Amino acid sequence: MDGALIRMATDPRSPTVAVGLQGSCCSGCAVTAYPAEDACPRCGGPAEPAVLQGTGRLWTWTVQRYAPKSPPYQAPPGGFVPFALGYVELVEGVRVAAVLEVDDLDDVRIGMPLTVTAGHGVPRARPTTPGEEGS
Amino acid sequence: MSTDVLICGAGRTPFGRSEASGRQLAVGAVNAALADAGIEWSRVRAAFGGSDSAGLADTLVAQLGLTGVPFINVKNGCATGGSALVSAVNAIRSGMADVVLAVGFDKHPRGAFDPRPEDWGLGAEYGSDGLMVTTQFFGMKIQRYMYDHGITPRTLALVAEKAYRNGGLTPEAWRRKPVSAEEVLESGMVSDPLTRYMFCSPGAGAAALVLCSPEAARSLDGPPVALRSAAVRTRRFGSFEVFSPWIPGGQLTSVSRDASAAAFEEAGIGPGDVDVCQLQDTESGAEVMHMAECGFCEDGEQERLIASGVTEIGGTLPVNTDGGCIANGEPIGASGLRQVYEIVQQLRGRAGERQVPGEPRVGFTHVYGAPGVSACTVLSR
Ligand SMILES: [Zn+2]
Repeated sequence: MDGALIRMATDPRSPTVAVGLQGSCCSGCAVTAYPAEDACPRCGGPAEPAVLQGTGRLWTWTVQRYAPKSPPYQAPPGGFVPFALGYVELVEGVRVAAVLEVDDLDDVRIGMPLTVTAGHGVPRARPTTPGEEGS
Repeated sequence: MSTDVLICGAGRTPFGRSEASGRQLAVGAVNAALADAGIEWSRVRAAFGGSDSAGLADTLVAQLGLTGVPFINVKNGCATGGSALVSAVNAIRSGMADVVLAVGFDKHPRGAFDPRPEDWGLGAEYGSDGLMVTTQFFGMKIQRYMYDHGITPRTLALVAEKAYRNGGLTPEAWRRKPVSAEEVLESGMVSDPLTRYMFCSPGAGAAALVLCSPEAARSLDGPPVALRSAAVRTRRFGSFEVFSPWIPGGQLTSVSRDASAAAFEEAGIGPGDVDVCQLQDTESGAEVMHMAECGFCEDGEQERLIASGVTEIGGTLPVNTDGGCIANGEPIGASGLRQVYEIVQQLRGRAGERQVPGEPRVGFTHVYGAPGVSACTVLSR
């Protein structure tokens, strides 16, 4: 399990772009969490910071068809458009909630390979390009 | 074996939109339950109750009568009614009281279900980016379940169609007009794969029960129903709940599975013995999944069972005979006791047009809600 965690915040190939997700991992029972937790939600033991790779497959999804209530929702500058969201099961085993950045909502399928990135806002997942797969 | 607890009175109000306050509805349900039991309020020796957003139950004494009765407030989300019931059971078994009231009521102001990220321990971005919408969770849970177990959208529509049909047979229900499966499927997608008519709405309503020790029940006229068990559980690690930024990998745990198993074990009865049941149906998918989580079928069997009418009033396992949450709406504090009210009517043979044929003997109720709590009961006559 430990080997699947990259303990660095940036990708050495493109050091200006942050990759991976700042999660945590329990040293006792190897439960991985995102966002990072101070304590393991299973055993209560201390959890260490861990960077998750961000690659995985879509575990489930839905589409937000109408504008969520605002506040707290802040529509993007162009106004609300329906968007897909789901849980991406990362190679580390944790399923992370993310907005799905897909060109066509009809293309969303359970099992599709996705790469999750974190920046401002919630995690975002886009289809993994063939070159990225298995990296 | 612990002391038997008997339900000697049950009352409810109509559910839906109401001019009356939540407290007024509660008084109406309590008086109906007392009349059903054939007792005066002064005979009640302890009371437990609550609402999610319609005030404190103990203030009802101002309308019911200032008898000095101990009246304990319960506030436990969707398990408010179930928790009041467990407290009432314990009051009787401990010898604290021989006649006990349990009441649940609610009336939700607009915006009552608008969650704030900070109240859930989440960053503000989960709200601003649009991930704090409850319907998303329901859509995503049943989406995965359908993928794993071969459930189709038509099955979800059949569940809603049944709810409206049964609501039409229930005078106190909110949604009483029949809606066909086709209309359900075409009612507009809310959170894929769930459409508008597959969801219940927040509403107003109240339900109350009078529970008695066997000695106290013998002095009353009505046919009592035995409350064989009442169990409340909270989630264990590994469950899938609303507003979770992440969930653990592997097989999901289920608080409904845990609570129902506890209720069946305490009752010494299995799901196969149940003649009529009430399962949490916040939306159609929930009823489908809860059939399996509560032990009534294997995962995936619902596709065949529902299509063949097993869960209809005339089927071998009638589910949500009063139309459930979909037809009654969901006043959170009242929902669990509304379910028990319905089972009590069914077991007494007093359910009118919606009566399950064949004189059902054993019933079951199940509520589930955020943030991972479930309450179940087993009843028999
Ligand atoms: Zn741990």
